[in-house]
Amino acid sequence: MAVFDLILGLLLVILVRKCLSITDMFGAVISFMAFGLLMAVAWVRLEAPDIALAEAAIGSGLTGALLFSTLGRLPHSETRQPLVPRGSGSGPGYWLVTGFWWAAAMVLIATFVFSFQELQTPGLGGPLQERLAESGVLNPVTAVLLNFRSLDTLMEIAVLLAAVVVAWSMGYVDWPARQTIPSPLLPGVVRLLTPVFLLVAFSLLWRGSHAPGGAFPGGAVLAASGILLLLSGMTVQISPRGMSWLRWVLSAGLLVFVLAGVSLMAAGFGFLVYPEQWAGNLILLIEASAGVSIGAMLLALYVGGEPDMAPSQPNNPVSRPQ
Amino acid sequence: MTTLYLVLVGVLMGNIAVGLLRILRGPTAADRIQAGQLFGTVTVAILLLLAIILEKPIYFDVALVFALLSVLAVVAFVTRSWPHPDAKDQDEQRD
Amino acid sequence: MSSATDMFGAALAVVGVLFFLAGTLGLLRFPDIYTRIHALTKADNLGLGLICLGAAVQSGSLMTALKLLLIWILVLVAAATGASLIAQTAHGRGIPPWTRQE
Repeated sequence: MAVFDLILGLLLVILVRKCLSITDMFGAVISFMAFGLLMAVAWVRLEAPDIALAEAAIGSGLTGALLFSTLGRLPHSETRQPLVPRGSGSGPGYWLVTGFWWAAAMVLIATFVFSFQELQTPGLGGPLQERLAESGVLNPVTAVLLNFRSLDTLMEIAVLLAAVVVAWSMGYVDWPARQTIPSPLLPGVVRLLTPVFLLVAFSLLWRGSHAPGGAFPGGAVLAASGILLLLSGMTVQISPRGMSWLRWVLSAGLLVFVLAGVSLMAAGFGFLVYPEQWAGNLILLIEASAGVSIGAMLLALYVGGEPDMAPSQPNNPVSRPQ
Repeated sequence: MTTLYLVLVGVLMGNIAVGLLRILRGPTAADRIQAGQLFGTVTVAILLLLAIILEKPIYFDVALVFALLSVLAVVAFVTRSWPHPDAKDQDEQRD
Repeated sequence: MSSATDMFGAALAVVGVLFFLAGTLGLLRFPDIYTRIHALTKADNLGLGLICLGAAVQSGSLMTALKLLLIWILVLVAAATGASLIAQTAHGRGIPPWTRQE
C-alpha cells in the first residue's frame, strides 16, 4: 500500500509540474484534468469519500467542460502561444529558487511525519461521533455541514450566489450560444443520458443524510447535465416570466436556509439551532433546495453571463454547416 | 489476494504515467484528449479495485460519478475547443 | 466456495488490466489518431468490462452488481460517443488516415 501511495504522490507532483510548466494552454488543461482524476483517487486513499465524490463531480466533469469551452472562446493564436518564454525554467536563478522550495517542502513533510506520533486521534472525529445522534442525520459529514457548522455552509452558498450575481453583472451572453453539432449522434446520446444524470443527482442528494453525497455533489451532477444539454445544441427560450423563475431557483437554497434559521430564531431556538425531533426533516429540506440551487448556480457560472431574453434566434437545434 | 489487487492498481497507475507521454507528444489536440479519456477509464478501474481492496462499496459510487461525467470533457472538447485550421473566420463570425 | 469466486473475480480483473496495458501500448505506438482510437476503445470496453465483472462476482450482492453494470454501460456510452465524435471531427478537419509507406 505504501508503494502505491508513493507512486500516487509522485504522479500528482509530476502532473502539477507539467500543468504549470507545459508551454501551451491545451496541454495544461489536459494535465489539470488528469490531476483532478488522480486527486480523487488520493481522496479515496485518504478515506474521504465525500470529498472524492465532490472532486469527481466538480474537478473532472465541470472543470473540464468549463476550461475547454473557455479555450474555444479564446482567439486561436492565443491558445497556441507559450505561456512562458522558452528561456525560463533554466539557469542558476531558477534552480536556486526551485531548490529552496523543494528543500522547504521536504523539511515540512519530515516535520509532519515526525510529529505524526503525537496525533493519536486526528481532528474532532471522537466528539462528532458522540453527538451524531442528536444531529438528525447518520452521515457525520452532513451532520457537520448542515447542523453543527451550518453557518459555514450558508456562507458558502451565499458566496456562490454572489459569484453568479457578479457574472451576470458582466453583461449578457448570446443565448443560445453558437451551435455547431458535429454529428447527430450527440443529441441522441444526451437524450439517453439525461435521465441517468438526473437519477444520480437526486440519489446523491437524497442519500446525503446517511451516506456520502449531499447537496454539493448532487448539484454538480445536475449542473453537468445542464452543460451537456447546452453542448449538444439544446436551445432555450427564456421569457421574462421564466427569467423571474430562474432567479427564484438560483436563490432558493440561500432563501430556504436563511428562512429556516430566522424562523428557528423566532421560535426561540437560536439561529440554525435545530430542535432534535425536526432536525432530520429540516436538513432534508435545506439540502434539497440547496442542491437544486447549487446545480442552477454552477450552470449559470458555466454560461458566464446573464442570459439574453430577447428571442435572438428561432428554435433551431439542427446543426449549422461549418 | 489483496497483494494481487495492489499490483494490478500499480500497473494501472503505470499506465497513467506512460500515457502522460502521449499528452506530451501530441501531435494533435485530439490525441491528447484521447489520452485524457484513457485516464478517465483507468481512474474508474483504479477506484473499482480500491473499493475491493479497502472493502468499502461506497467507492463504487465515486466510480459511478466518474463514469457518468467522463463524457462531458470530450463533448466539450469536440464541440467547443478543437483548434480549427480556419479558426480565424469563425472568430469573426462569432463577434 | 467464496474463495473460488474470489479467484474467478481476480482472474477476470487480471485479464481486464491486460486489456488496459494493450490499450496504453496502442496509444503510444500506433501511428495515427484513427488507429489509436481503435486501441483505446479496447481498453474502455473490454478492460473495464472485465474488471466490473470481476468486482461484481466478488461483491456477491445484486445491487452492487447492477451498479457495476451501470458503470460499465456509462463508460461504454462515453467511450463510443467520444471515439465517434473525435473520429468524425478529425476526418472533417482533414486529418489524413495513416497508410503504410513502402
